[in-house]
Amino acid sequence: MEEGRVLPQSVQQSAAAYAVIREQFGSAVSDFDANETMPFFEVLEAAKWPDIALFMRDHPKLKFNYMACLSGVDYQAEEQLGIVCNLESLGEFPHRIAVKVKCPRDGGSIPTAAYVWHTANWHEREAYDMFGMQFTGHPDLRRILCPEDWEGFPLRKDYRVQESYHGIKVPY
Amino acid sequence: MQELGMAEQGSIRVSRKDDNVVVIEKDLATEEMLLSMGPQHPSTHGVLKLECMTDGEVVTSAEPYLGYLHRCFEKHCEVVDYPGIVPYTDRMDYLTGMNNEWAYCIAVEKLLDIEIPRRVEFIRVMVSELNRIASHLVAIGTYGIDLGAFTPFLFCFRDREHILNLLEWASGARMLYNYVWIGGVAFDIPADFNKRVKEFVDYFRPKVVELYKLLTENEIFVKRTKGIGIMPADVAINYAWSGPMLRGSGVKWDLRRNDPYSVYPELDFNVPVPDGKFSDVGDCLSRHLVRALEMEESLNIIEQCISKMPGSEGFNPRSAVPKRVRPKAGEVYARAENPRGELGFYIQSDGKTTKPLRCKARSSCFVNLSAMKDLSKGQLIPDLVAIIGSIDIVLGEVDR
Repeated sequence: MEEGRVLPQSVQQSAAAYAVIREQFGSAVSDFDANETMPFFEVLEAAKWPDIALFMRDHPKLKFNYMACLSGVDYQAEEQLGIVCNLESLGEFPHRIAVKVKCPRDGGSIPTAAYVWHTANWHEREAYDMFGMQFTGHPDLRRILCPEDWEGFPLRKDYRVQESYHGIKVPY
Repeated sequence: MQELGMAEQGSIRVSRKDDNVVVIEKDLATEEMLLSMGPQHPSTHGVLKLECMTDGEVVTSAEPYLGYLHRCFEKHCEVVDYPGIVPYTDRMDYLTGMNNEWAYCIAVEKLLDIEIPRRVEFIRVMVSELNRIASHLVAIGTYGIDLGAFTPFLFCFRDREHILNLLEWASGARMLYNYVWIGGVAFDIPADFNKRVKEFVDYFRPKVVELYKLLTENEIFVKRTKGIGIMPADVAINYAWSGPMLRGSGVKWDLRRNDPYSVYPELDFNVPVPDGKFSDVGDCLSRHLVRALEMEESLNIIEQCISKMPGSEGFNPRSAVPKRVRPKAGEVYARAENPRGELGFYIQSDGKTTKPLRCKARSSCFVNLSAMKDLSKGQLIPDLVAIIGSIDIVLGEVDR
């Protein structure tokens, strides 16, 4: 962040919310990235993600009760997969923030947040379907958009489509 | 119900009702049956399969299976440059092309940090609100069909036709418009467009009232929907419901108000929320009611757009359209209030290419439908139809 730059009000609100989380979890979360389009922080110890999620939902100063979106991302250069969660407090506070959680690309897993926000259930299934990261503790981790017996994870950057599916030629 | 002393002996349960009638119930648990509803069932509004476990007429669980319309929108985005994605967004929720394009353009414009001409903003609001009415007309009409009312459907489609004609006049297409571009719109609206829109507004206002009489206040319709599929507000928020679904549960949340974009702060409109007098808050009827009331608010917005829109002298609809869209490295999550709720786009740009590194669409129908399993537990099979209809899913957006 440049010195002396005045942040927009929305980013200031996110920064204030982040300060509460940082105080509780210390080095388990990264520094705050105060960009204007999507301010975020990263969870460095993925195992603590459910605790952080629950804390963010229930703390009286945070009340992030609404998970707007959860997107899977392939960080190919870093050999990692990750999720980006866009959270906000609906009807309680005006702040909103994004949280990133990453895991190794091969056989990586992220603890589920489906018990904190019900909506994460399907979003995580979609992320698993498209990227192949496991969500430990997920109540029902199956493919959701692709067929059950589809090979590979389509949104990985190195994805190669299978030659045939039930005798049907796939690449056209 | 007051239990007698001899209750719960083996499989026979004896109890006494308040009016002193003794009820003897035998254990009548029948064998559970698996009932597959869809993918070609008319009330699933497309290709959705519901696998229901039924105990007689009661649904004990319903598991949605989706993906029949999955067209890899997000995979396509990796190989198409930013403006080329706009037509794809049309095909997600094909009933509200204008709103989809606009939500996507808002996201890219945030990344690019460009100023949009004022007239463009008003044109966008106007076509989106027209499209919102068209979409709600389909939602209400098909909901009537689901519950056995055929006539409202014809009335709705008759009126929707006028809107499609107007949008065709502006953009050249009836449903898949490619009209809202990054930084502008494809063409300026035709010379007499505002006059025709005003004529439509005047024509349509009495028709909304007619629709209330025909469908919303119809006793059969009310009996089929009132008190069915109640969703409490806190659960709805936890499921991240949005749009008419969330407002149906009594939460006054509208992105046009609560996270305002474009020129909505200048426009005066109400956010209708059921008060519990006509419907039970959170039931199917509330959700229907919110859609019906929203149409009138959209008409108000359109009228204000006509009077506030700057003139067309020296106006170039493409003046702010960038020649080459290459945003700086960064991420954005932007959303807009669609007829079905919050449509959000998460876009990641690496700053080097003209194609997004990652583009994810947060589909409102997908999220709203995810509550289906909880919502359907313990309902009767005909009520299941009423619940699916009230969610107002468009499978094109669920599966993308």
